[in-house]
Parts: sequence; structure tokens; C-alpha cells
Amino acid sequence: MKILVPVKRVVDYNVTVRVKADGSGVETANVKMSMNPFDEIANEEAIRLKEAGTASEVVAVSIGEAKAQETLRTAMAMGADRAVHVVTDARTDTELQPLAVAKLLRAVVEREQPDLVLMGKQAIDDDSNQTGQMLAALLGWPQATFASKVAVADGGLEVTREIDAGLEKIAVKLPAIVTTDLRLNEPRYASLPNIMKAKKKPIDQLTPDELGVETSPRLTYVRVEEPPKRQGGVRVADIDELLTKLKTEAGVI
Amino acid sequence: MAEVLVVAEHDNATLDKATLHAVGAGAQLGGVTVLVAGHDAGGVAAAAAAVDGVGKVVHVDDALYENPVAEDLAALVVAMAEGYDVIAGGSSTFGKNLMPRVAALLDVAQISDVVEILGDDTFKRFIYAGNALATVKTVDAKKVMTVRTTAFPPAAESGGAATVETIQAVAPTELARFLGREVSESERPDLASARVVVSGGRGLGSGENFAVVEALADQLGAAVGASRAAVDAGYVPNDYQVGQTGKIVAPELYIAVGISGAIQHLAGMKDSKVIVAINKDEEAPIFQVADYGLVGDLFQLVPQLTDALKQSKAA
Repeated sequence: MKILVPVKRVVDYNVTVRVKADGSGVETANVKMSMNPFDEIANEEAIRLKEAGTASEVVAVSIGEAKAQETLRTAMAMGADRAVHVVTDARTDTELQPLAVAKLLRAVVEREQPDLVLMGKQAIDDDSNQTGQMLAALLGWPQATFASKVAVADGGLEVTREIDAGLEKIAVKLPAIVTTDLRLNEPRYASLPNIMKAKKKPIDQLTPDELGVETSPRLTYVRVEEPPKRQGGVRVADIDELLTKLKTEAGVI
Repeated sequence: MAEVLVVAEHDNATLDKATLHAVGAGAQLGGVTVLVAGHDAGGVAAAAAAVDGVGKVVHVDDALYENPVAEDLAALVVAMAEGYDVIAGGSSTFGKNLMPRVAALLDVAQISDVVEILGDDTFKRFIYAGNALATVKTVDAKKVMTVRTTAFPPAAESGGAATVETIQAVAPTELARFLGREVSESERPDLASARVVVSGGRGLGSGENFAVVEALADQLGAAVGASRAAVDAGYVPNDYQVGQTGKIVAPELYIAVGISGAIQHLAGMKDSKVIVAINKDEEAPIFQVADYGLVGDLFQLVPQLTDALKQSKAA
């Protein structure tokens, strides 16, 4: 089984972003960037499937500016075998949107012919939660979203999904798209020798033009603003004071 | 006026509240039709027809839709899409799974988790874990969207008298199959729509210790939630998670117990009307959004609060 793992370079999850004063977007210059956490989980799962002998090759793919290569090196240091970089200068949090990403990934899938695409359920910058479902639709493949467990069974997959009511289990045929939720695994840290080794692993470069994909945005970001700030309240000394405030001041109990 | 199709979420017996919120949002854009695809779900179709503001219900009864997979449901929605300008659903795991598939099949963008409708093509939604609010305008003639349920008041469950039209199922895709579901059974109110939520975090230290949170919740008639840390540690199941990638809640009262308040958690609860935080770390970021903060040992304070509520109820 060959697995393709799309990985996105995003503002690190620990960074509190700043909205630009001109309302054009979020400041990403001189901000710590990392692999989208859900994609790390996807990459980890792919590597585990390879270590278990189920997968034969893990190919990471990232779409973005030159620095997306750092994210691909991280994916390879974790254990991906090689990488594909689709080079674009478009901002990947706003200008390059999920439908265009799904179309680019479809073109990469057609070149690479994986049996499985394992990817994060959501990128923590645009918070769209769309790309995996869209890619599945464009390819006519099944989708198993929000996965917390993936098992190979009967030539397909049995996937446990995190849903609002609890857990759901579905069976999908291969090839398929699986999107990862938080409980699927705990991604490993890359070791120093593996980081060194990853520097020698190959990265193929492609452009949207070479892939024949039109990527212009469907959504215009008219304005990006800071949301209304919640005012911090008061400290109460004890339970009695808390109860009094909740009853008389807030009126919620 | 725009024609709006809302895809109903249900379990073949009851119409989910998320759908009422989606109808409420859809009515801001035009006339609402509700699609009820299910098996022996006539009661749900009747309930949808009674919802205020619904003009028509399209009912499809087929075993294929008893526990539908996104592949089959998306095929059905796409087959009906021609007559509609807007296709909408709640931003639940059901809607998030289905709608992007529908959008891609129609070659249009999806607008995720809409919190405000500014016009027929312009919407507000949060990005970056709620730290930025974007106004987006779509160029697509057909709009596919999910709506944040806490941002739109629900349509009333009665007052409507929609016609119910029955249509046939579309051919099965045979790509995926439903195997089963493990639903967390609880007598408590639904987390997403509860008036009061009590959530626990890493500070609880174990699943057993969550009993103090549950006792307080039961005293208040509240739902129980959790931070990601508490779910990851296995204290409580995944469906308790409140946050950026879990459930978004906006109750009248949110009590955060032993939760430090990472931005990812705040994204899921900061629209609550009143926030109470109980934490032993006075520097915890949760205090920056709390209306009432109490610094101290939760294992003393929370049972005290539960007892005090019990006494004031008895008095």
C-alpha cells in the first residue's frame, strides 16, 4: 500500500496570532511556523502502517511557498520516504482555498497513484475542515473523516470516527481518504540522526501550472478583524461570594 | 428570493436541534426547504414540516439512508441541487462530513461555520481558533455552507405547515458502509445546547475525579464538557471536548474546573454569557476571560459549591 500524506505549514498552535491593523489578514511574518498538528498525526499513522508492514511507501506533499520544504523535511525526519512540493506564492491561510488545494492534491494523486491519502481533518489557520472531503469527492473515493482508529480489513479499511454523539465505525473501500482526529495517535519527535537523514531524501517540485490546476480563490477576504475582546471579570474570595454574584449580579442561577 | 435547502440531521426518530438553528440561519437568506433522508423517518419529516419558516420538506425514505454515509447522502443532495441557490447544514460532525463533499461535487467553495450573514453572498466566520474574524464574499452562484449553531437562534418547532414531497433515493455509491455507533448515553442535557455547562480539565487528574464535576453538573441540571487535555488523557470520551476542533458551546453559564484555558479551548466557549473559572493556578489564562474567578483547590471548592447549591435549593 502506498500512502500520500498532505502536510500544511501553519502558524504554530502556541502562537496567539495578531490581526494586521489594515484588516487585510493575520500577521505571519516573523511568527513561528510548524506542521499543522492534525497532519502530524496523519503522517505518524502512515509511518506506523509502514512499520507494521502494511504500507510500502509514504510520500509527503505540501503546497506553499519555498519554506513549505521545512515542513516536508520534518515529515521525512519523522519517517516519510520522499516528498512532493507544489510551489505557490499564494497565502495558504486565505488565498489558496480548500477547493483549489483539493484540485492540486487530485493532480498529485493522479501522478502518484496512492492507495490511501491520510490527512489532517482541519488546518488550524483557516479552520475550514474541508479539504479531505473535497478531495474524496473529486476523486470519487470514499472518505473516512475524523478518524480515531484505522484498521485494515477485507482489502479495505475499518475506521472509527469521532462524532458529536460518540464514536461511529464505517468500512471504506480502497483507495480512500482518511482524515485524522486528535485521538488517533501521538506523533513521535524526529531523532537527530533521522533529521540528518531526511536532508538527503528527495523533494520533487511542481507548480500548479505544471499540474494543470486553476487555483484562483472563490472567496474574497473582504476584511479580517479582531473579534470583540471579552472583558476579564473579578476574583471572588470564596464559594459564598461566588454564589451571591451568580444569583444577584449575573442572575444565571 | 433565494431558495435554500437545509439538510436535516436526525436519527430517524428525532430532528436534531442543529437543524433548527440551520433553518433559522437559512431563513435569513430565503425560502427554506428541508431535506429529510432517512429510513422509517416519517415522524422526522412531519416534525420538520411543523418547524416555523419551513416552506417545504423533501422526504426520502430508503434503507440506504438509515445511517447514511457521506458518499450516498452527498450524491442525493447533488441530484437535488439544481433547484436551490443555497445548501446549508449545521456545523456539527454530520454537516462537516457531508457539506464539503457536496460543495466539491458542485465545484463551489464551502463556507465553513458561518457566524453571521451579511448579505446573500457575504458572511462572517472565525479563523485562527477564533482569534480573527473574517468577512468573506463568495463568487459562486450556488452557496454551500455550514452554520455555527450557537450563532443563530433556532427556528421554532411549531408554527410551520410545510408541504411534504416524497422523492426516490439515488443509486448507492457502494464506496462506504456504516458498521455501528457507540453513543455516550447520558441523562444530562446535550452539551451543544445546554443552558449550563460544567467542564473539567487536566486539573481533575483522573477519570474517577470527574465525579466532582458531574455532581456539580447534576446539581445545576448542566451538561458536562472537558478540555482537550482531559479527553486525550482518557478521563472522559471524545464527545465531551469543547474547543476549536471539538464542540462550540455558548451556554448562559459555563463553569471551567481545573482548565488552564489554552486558546484552542477558549475558541469553543468564549461566547458563553457568564464564565466561572476555578483553578489553583492564579496565572491560568482562563481567568482572563472569566467573569468570576476563584483561585484554589478544586477538590475542596467544587464539592463546597455543590453542597451550597443543594442547601439553597432545600431552603
